[in-house]
Amino acid sequence: MTTTTLAVLVPLLPFLGAAAGLLLGRTAPGFVRPLAVLPTLTSLVLAALLAVRQGGDRALNAATELTPTGSVPIELALHIDGFAALVAVLVGLVATCVQIYSTGYLRDDPRYPSYAALVSLFTSAMLLVVYSGDLMVLLVGWEIMGICSYFLVGHYWETPEARAASLKAFLVTKLGDVPFLIGLFALATDAGSFRITKVLGTVANGGLDHPTLIALLLLAGVAGKSAQFPLHTWLPDAMAGPTPVSALIHAATMVAAGVYFVARLLPVFEASQAAMVVLAVTAAVTMAGSALAALAQDDIKRVLAYSTIGQLGYMTGALAVADRGAAVFHLLSHGAFKALLFLAAGVIIHAAGTNSLATMSRMGHLRARVPDAYWTMTVALLALAAIPPFSGFFSKESVLGAAEHVATGHTEHAPGAAGWLVLVVGLLTALLTAAYAMRLWLLAFRGRGAEAPDHGRQPLPMTVVLWVLAVPSLAVGALAYRVLPDWFGGRDLAPTLTTSVLGTGVALVGGLVTYAAWRHSTALAARVPPPLSASLERGHPHGAVAAHPEGDAGRVEAEAIASHAPAYGDLAQAPDPSDPGRLLLGPLHRHAAVGFHLDAVYSALFVRPVRAGADLVRFLDREVVDTYVRGAGALPRWLGTAVRRAQTGNVQTYVSALLAGTVVLAVAAVLVATGA
Amino acid sequence: MNAVSAALTTAAADPHGFLSPTGVEIAFLLVGLVTFGAALVTVTTRQLVHAALWLVVTLGGLAVEYLLLTAEFIAWVQVLIYVGSVVVLLLFGLMLTRAPIGRSPDADSGNRWAALTVAVAAAAALVWVVVDAFRTTWIDLDGPAAGSTQATGASLFQNWVLPFEALSVLLLAALVGAIVLSRKAKAETSSPPVNSRAATGSSPSVPDSRNHPDGRNNPVEQEGGR
Amino acid sequence: MHLAYPAVLSALLFCTGLYGVLARRNAILVLMSVELMLNAVNLNLVAFDVWLSRTAEETLHSGQALTLFTIAIAAAEIGIGLAIVLAVHRNRGTADIDKLRDTAEGHETDAPAAETGAEKAEATA
Repeated sequence: MTTTTLAVLVPLLPFLGAAAGLLLGRTAPGFVRPLAVLPTLTSLVLAALLAVRQGGDRALNAATELTPTGSVPIELALHIDGFAALVAVLVGLVATCVQIYSTGYLRDDPRYPSYAALVSLFTSAMLLVVYSGDLMVLLVGWEIMGICSYFLVGHYWETPEARAASLKAFLVTKLGDVPFLIGLFALATDAGSFRITKVLGTVANGGLDHPTLIALLLLAGVAGKSAQFPLHTWLPDAMAGPTPVSALIHAATMVAAGVYFVARLLPVFEASQAAMVVLAVTAAVTMAGSALAALAQDDIKRVLAYSTIGQLGYMTGALAVADRGAAVFHLLSHGAFKALLFLAAGVIIHAAGTNSLATMSRMGHLRARVPDAYWTMTVALLALAAIPPFSGFFSKESVLGAAEHVATGHTEHAPGAAGWLVLVVGLLTALLTAAYAMRLWLLAFRGRGAEAPDHGRQPLPMTVVLWVLAVPSLAVGALAYRVLPDWFGGRDLAPTLTTSVLGTGVALVGGLVTYAAWRHSTALAARVPPPLSASLERGHPHGAVAAHPEGDAGRVEAEAIASHAPAYGDLAQAPDPSDPGRLLLGPLHRHAAVGFHLDAVYSALFVRPVRAGADLVRFLDREVVDTYVRGAGALPRWLGTAVRRAQTGNVQTYVSALLAGTVVLAVAAVLVATGA
Repeated sequence: MNAVSAALTTAAADPHGFLSPTGVEIAFLLVGLVTFGAALVTVTTRQLVHAALWLVVTLGGLAVEYLLLTAEFIAWVQVLIYVGSVVVLLLFGLMLTRAPIGRSPDADSGNRWAALTVAVAAAAALVWVVVDAFRTTWIDLDGPAAGSTQATGASLFQNWVLPFEALSVLLLAALVGAIVLSRKAKAETSSPPVNSRAATGSSPSVPDSRNHPDGRNNPVEQEGGR
Repeated sequence: MHLAYPAVLSALLFCTGLYGVLARRNAILVLMSVELMLNAVNLNLVAFDVWLSRTAEETLHSGQALTLFTIAIAAAEIGIGLAIVLAVHRNRGTADIDKLRDTAEGHETDAPAAETGAEKAEATA
């Protein structure tokens, strides 16, 4: 099999699996699980094989033009360099893990067939984005991901949170996609082609006429897809979807697409200093803000979601300092450990019957219930906090190192201000990241209080996957930073001493401070129960707990999400005085918990004007337009009434009229005939 | 009527002489006046039964006119069928619908003035056209009678046999139709009306007494016919 | 004889019948008026037949034959017409034409539905 055939098969197999799954889902339920897992697994194997064959050599390019498409040709093109090969392996790995995990997680879900097919379709779309060498084909995959995320986030569409979240995810990403599309057109017009190789060639020759405009337009789409400030607000809400979906979409694939896109077209962005600065500012704001918000969240998955936003901020920061090697390195390691975090969180939610950290902190011995999740999550949190020797350390250090490299003026590719910004905010975020990772770990696993409920062992597919994903989180980082530069053909990714010491130091400080705060506040936790709504207090000692803890994990999660707002009065936070985050953040906590009121700002800026506009239009339609319509209808109606009065039912009247008309006509005819 | 006066002036110069009417013409005019007057009374009288009787006068007058036009066979058929059976049928109909005896104030509907307008307009138009068209036309009534029974019969049974036979089918259909109309009503009337009048011996369901004499109606049917 | 005499008489009789059809309330009187109109036509037919048989040497006597046919058809018509009038009178208790207003706009509920149905059945029978 040629390499090109392999590359074509990689996105094609999950697509076929999705199509077959959708077709056979109802008629042959027995085939659904194999159809979900096997194509994705095969894709993973093929992607790995492809990566080995490609081996960091010259990029593989293949293209075929199906049909002429006007002035700028659209071609089915592959462009597989080291980035593409490795990201595809990551996507395949996470997708396979998610599919296997989902067989256990959504064991009893009646909508599992369509769910699995959508996940396959999603995977296929992401692989298409990764491998595509043509920007239009890439856009196809990009938009398929958008619609799939809409369906998957809204999987529990019975709950209003899921409905709202899916709509929000769709609309916000579309808000970015429109400028993205325009940017693509502008780019293709300047370059004369949608082919990435030709675009890059044009950029290398300085043939781009409007680099800043194009870069900013593209950045809007990237911000929407990769959940960067200010279009990140959909991601925390998207946690209303099932946990495997969160792991797939919001940790490894969809959000990675934006970063990957920028990495692929980095020369285009480098052509505009302004775009790089904007990218750096976006990254900085995203990193710091999301880390602060993560510290205040009560929902375990929302903590992880904000953490995802923050880590994506690191990646865009690396791109802002023009080091795509570091960005993709962090993308790879983050994809692995964030998927692990989400999947482990799913296990914990299933075991605890709640997604609320405040409630978990009042459950004793939760870690004994889920030992697999406990250990793997510990590993993943350490990787997230960038503690050596876990993989997150090396990737994050490579980002910080790149930033320092730029800040100290060693490169011409990026402005020095961007380097300083990314470096300083990156270090600050490292501190906060360690703090919220520590808080998450303490609240989830060091809870004190009543015994956590025992629902027996977790399903095997759910726990095995955790260990599979723990391996790259645990060990690969140290190995990877030596190998990856060969693949990426870029700068050395080894951690530099200064940033390593600084980064690890602040991470340790953040963790320790959080631990101290937790020790201080934990005494409160034992004494004071979390304040609950009175209606729920009589039902259960804990607040937000699923009504059917013995159900399958998906159902437990859906119920847990649905019970959070009634119990604590808010989707994101709990009024828990024993929360160390509350102590650490102080007065900032209130704002951080709601994502710094960005939703309110959006509501004021967009939602309310749109609603007011809709009201106005409705008023105009009802009162103004309809008046004309009614006026136009009045005259025929009066005429009709007048004519109707003639319909008396009296035959003699009818005949009189008929004969009168006949007489008139006859006289007229005679007059005409006689020429009178 | 300008047309009529015009007809008078032109007729004066004609050899036939409008101002020297023959006896036939005078008779025709007188009988025609009587006929027209009877017709007017028929459609205006408030006594319904009188209307039927005035109709007899009208139809009889018409029979005389036919005779004056030498159509003797038509005249006798007119007397037989119209005066003899149709008017009788109408009288039975009046009785069976319990038409009031004596003056009924509501014999005319509210449509009366419209009807009058239309009728007068139509009459004016027709008379004007007819007089204008035929003011110089005379009928030659001398010689053998054009409508003698022999001539009519020869014509009818030589040239008009097929329509004549087809007409018999039409009459049969009318007969069947009238019977069906009456029979269905009887089948649906479970109990006879309380104040039904005494049976009068004839039923309106028989349309043509010439071909199909009455007598097949039994009393039950007459009651149902009420 | 002047042809205008029978022609004018015929026209006047016809219009008299027309007035009766339009103005009379009782259905049987309307039928009488119809007879008047038919007879007016008959008179026309006879008069023109006599005129043409001499003037145009017409030997078919079509006017007289048609008159006979008209008389027969009128007899059939009066029979059927009376049967219908009687049926209506039986169902409605009236033979007044201007009270039979089932086809009026917004007057569907004048008569009970069953009676209307029965009458329709008869009309179609």
